[in-house]
Amino acid sequence: MSRISTTLCLLLILGGAGLLAAGNATGAVPPYAVSLVGKYLCYAMLALAVDLVWGFAGILSLGHAAFFALGGYAMGMYLMRQIGTRGVYGNAVLPDFMVFLNWKELPWYWHGFDNPLFAILIALAVPGLLAFVFGWFAFRSRVSGVYLSIITQALTYALLLAFFRNDMGFGGNNGLTDFKDIFGFSLQSDGVRRGLLLASAGFLALQLVVARYVVTSRFGKVLIAVRDTESRTRFLGYRPERYKLFVFVLSAVMAGIGGALYVPQVGIINPSEFAPANSIEAVIWVAVGGRGTLVGAILGALLVNAGKTYFTGALPELWLFALGALFILVTLLLPKGILGLFARRAARPAPPVVEPAK
Amino acid sequence: MPLLRRLFILALIAASLAQPAMAQDDPFAGLAGDSFDDIRHGIETLATSGAPQAAAVIAALQEGNLYAGPDAALFIKTDDGWLDARSGKPATEVAEDALNPVKMNNGVRRAAEAAMGSLELYSPDAATRRHAAEAVLKSRDPAALEGLTRALAKESDAGVRRIMEQARASALLATPATPEAERLAAVATLRARGDLDARAMLASLTAQPPAVAEAAATAVIAIDRMLQLWGLAQGVFYGLSLGSVLLLAAAGLAITFGVMGVINMAHGEMVMLGAYTTFVVQDVIKSHAPYLFEASLFIAVPLAFLVAGAVGIAVERCMLRFLYGRPLETLLATWGLSLAMQQTVRSIFGASNREVSTPQWMSGATQWGGITITYNRLVIIVFAAMVVAALMAALRYTALGLRMRAVTQNRRMAAAMGIRTPWVDALTFGLGSGVAGMAGVALSQIDNVSPNLGQGYIIDSFMVVVFGGVGNLWGTVVSALTLGTVNKFLEPLAGAVLGKITVLVLLILFIQRKPRGMFPIKGRAVES
Repeated sequence: MSRISTTLCLLLILGGAGLLAAGNATGAVPPYAVSLVGKYLCYAMLALAVDLVWGFAGILSLGHAAFFALGGYAMGMYLMRQIGTRGVYGNAVLPDFMVFLNWKELPWYWHGFDNPLFAILIALAVPGLLAFVFGWFAFRSRVSGVYLSIITQALTYALLLAFFRNDMGFGGNNGLTDFKDIFGFSLQSDGVRRGLLLASAGFLALQLVVARYVVTSRFGKVLIAVRDTESRTRFLGYRPERYKLFVFVLSAVMAGIGGALYVPQVGIINPSEFAPANSIEAVIWVAVGGRGTLVGAILGALLVNAGKTYFTGALPELWLFALGALFILVTLLLPKGILGLFARRAARPAPPVVEPAK
Repeated sequence: MPLLRRLFILALIAASLAQPAMAQDDPFAGLAGDSFDDIRHGIETLATSGAPQAAAVIAALQEGNLYAGPDAALFIKTDDGWLDARSGKPATEVAEDALNPVKMNNGVRRAAEAAMGSLELYSPDAATRRHAAEAVLKSRDPAALEGLTRALAKESDAGVRRIMEQARASALLATPATPEAERLAAVATLRARGDLDARAMLASLTAQPPAVAEAAATAVIAIDRMLQLWGLAQGVFYGLSLGSVLLLAAAGLAITFGVMGVINMAHGEMVMLGAYTTFVVQDVIKSHAPYLFEASLFIAVPLAFLVAGAVGIAVERCMLRFLYGRPLETLLATWGLSLAMQQTVRSIFGASNREVSTPQWMSGATQWGGITITYNRLVIIVFAAMVVAALMAALRYTALGLRMRAVTQNRRMAAAMGIRTPWVDALTFGLGSGVAGMAGVALSQIDNVSPNLGQGYIIDSFMVVVFGGVGNLWGTVVSALTLGTVNKFLEPLAGAVLGKITVLVLLILFIQRKPRGMFPIKGRAVES
C-alpha cells in the first residue's frame, strides 16, 4: 500500500508538473498557474519535513517555517545581489534597502552571495546548523512533547522579531524583493518559471524518496520506536537523542530547500514567513493529509493551499472560519487524515500511534 | 522708508533727551531708556519694586505693546486706545508720532521672562507660585533674589516654600557677592533636591571658592548615586507593571495548561473576549446610564469572567473532552478554535481597534520620590495580585478547588470517591478561561482592543507558565515578575525588540537546563 501510494505520488508530482510545463509552453496554461503550483510544491516540501519529524519522531515542531524562511532568505540574498545596478539607486554592490538606510558597505554576512552555489550551500547549511544546535540542546536535555513545541514556537517568534529589525541587514519589515534574474535568466520569463516548477517537482520527488528511504530503513524503525515510547527505546540501549537530532536536521534542510525554491517563484521573502501561525498551518497540512504517511503530507499541503487560494479569493472573510474548522474537525474526526480513510477501507489495522500519556 | 528712518532718529533723540529726566525713585524709568542694558535693568528694577502695575507693564513689553515717549512717558497700546503705564488708567492726550515701541533683544526678553516669573511668586494661587519658583530655579537669575526672599517670608505652603528655598539657593550661587558660608548652605539645599535640574546646576557652577566647588562636586556624585537608585526603583516598577500584565495573561493558562494539562492555544482569545466584554459594557453604559461610567470596570470584571468562563465550559464540553490524552492534537484543535474566534469577533465588531476608555480614577500619575507612577499601571498591579490571591484561595479553600486538585492528582481515585470528573474538568477549564477574561478587562486599559489582542499574549503566557513550572501557581507568579523585570532592565541596554529576543533566547536556554521550569512539581505523576 505504502509503496504503491509513494510510487503513485511520485508519478503524479513529476507527471503533473511536466504536463503543466508542457501546457504552459503551448499556451494552454497561464503563467500564473505555473508559479502557483510551484509555490504549492514548495509548501509540500515543508509539509514533508514536518511529517518526517512529527509523524515519525514525535517531535511536533511549531517552528518549522523558520527553517523554510531561512532557506528562502539565503536564496533571496543571492537574488538581491543579482539585481546589481538595475536597482532603484543603481548601486552595483549594495541592495536598495542598504543604500536607503545609508549603509556604506556590504555587511560581512552578505559576502559571497553573488555566487549561486554559495547561496544554495548556505540555504542548506543555515537551517541545518540551526536545527543541529537547537536540537542538540533540546534533545540532550530531554525536552519533549509540548515543551518542545512551545520552545520551537519561541524560536521562530524570536527570529520573526529579529528579522523585523532594520539593523539586522535583511531588509527589515519589507524583506527582500524586486528580484530580476536567477542564474542569469530573467525571473519574469515563462521558461524560467517552468524551470522552477520542474525543479520544485524534482526536489519534492527526491525528498519523498529520501524521506521514505529513511523511515523504512532500520534507522526509521528505531525512530518510530522513539516516537512511541522513548524511554523504552532508551532502555533497550539506543540513544534516542541522536536519532531525533539526525532526523530533525534532515527535516530542517528539506524545509530550507523548499524555502530556497519558494522565493524565486513568489518574488518576495519577508519576516512574516517566520510568524508562528505559518508553522502551525504547516502542521495542519500534515494532519489533514495524514500524519506519518509522507504522501499524506504532500497531499494535505496541496489540498489545503488550493483551498486557501480559492477561499481567500472567493470568500475572504470565510477563510479563517474554514481553516479553524478544518483544524478542529480533522483532529476530532479524522485523526489519521485523509489517507487514514483509505487505510481503513483497505481494512489494514494501522500501527497504533501512542502519544506519551500526560 | 525715509519717513520711518526719520521717525526712528527722532525717537532716539527723544529717548536720549529723556535720559536725564530719569528719577531714582521712579521704578518705571529704566524701561524708557534707549539702550538694551537700560531696559534690562529697568525690568529688573520694576520687578523688584513691588509696583502694582509691574506685571501688566512687563506683560505688555513681552507682547510688544509697550511704547515709550519723551520725558520717560510710557504707554500701553490696547485695542481700545492707550493706557498710561504707570497708573494703568486710559491716557487721553497721546502724541503717537513721538512714541516708539520699547526695543527688545534676547537679553531683554530673558529679563522679562525672569521678571514675570518673580512677579508670579506673589500670586494667590499656590500652583502658580510653585511654577514661578521652578522658573527662577531654572533661570538662576541673581536679580530674582530680592523678590524670592520677600516671597519666602510670606509663603505658607511648605511644598512651595521648599522650591522657593531651592530657587533662592540657585540664585545665591549665581550672585558674586554671596559669602562662602551661604554658598555652602545653598549647595546643601540643592543637593537635597537631588534631581536632574539640581545636578545640572551644581555641575555647571563656575567661579566658586574651592570649598564650595568641592562641596558641589561631592553633591553631584551623591545626586548621581541617588538618581541611579531612583532609576533602579523606576525600572523595578516598570518591571512589576509588565510582570503583572504577564501574570494576568498567564494566570488563566496556569489553570488550564498548568493544572489540567490542556494546551489551550485559544487562551489569548479568551483574554480578547474579556476585552470586548469591557467594550460592550462601556458602550451600553454610555448610551443608557452615563452616570455609571466610572464604575464600568467593576461591572465588566465579573461579566468578563462569566462570558469567558461560559465559552470555556462550552469549548471543553464540545471539543476538548474528546482530545484528553492527546496533547498535540489538543494544541492544533485549540489553534483552529482561536482562528475561528478571531474571525467571529472580526465579523461582529469589525477588524479595527475598538475604543475602551479609562475611567477618571485610573488616569493620571503621581510622583513618588524619583519614581513616576501611573495610576492605571498601579491598578493593574493591584488587580493582578487580587486575581491570583482569589485564584489560590479558590483552589485551596472551596469545595470545587478541592475536587479540582483531587482530579488532577489522581483522576481514577477521585472518580472512585464519587467526584464527577467530567463536570470538574469542565468547571476547571471554565475557571481558567474566566480568569483569562478578567485579564482581558485589565489589558483593555493598556492595549488596543482588536481581534488580534490575544495573539500577542499567547507565546508570552506559555513562556511564563513553562518557566515557572507547570502546575505551580506560585511558580507562575515568580516567573511572570522575573520575566517582566528582566525584560524592562534589558530594554535600555539592548532596545525593546532585541531585549525581547534576548529574553526568548534565555528562556529557550533555560528550558534546556531545567525542562520542567523553575519550580517543578516532583513525583511520579508528572513523568510523561
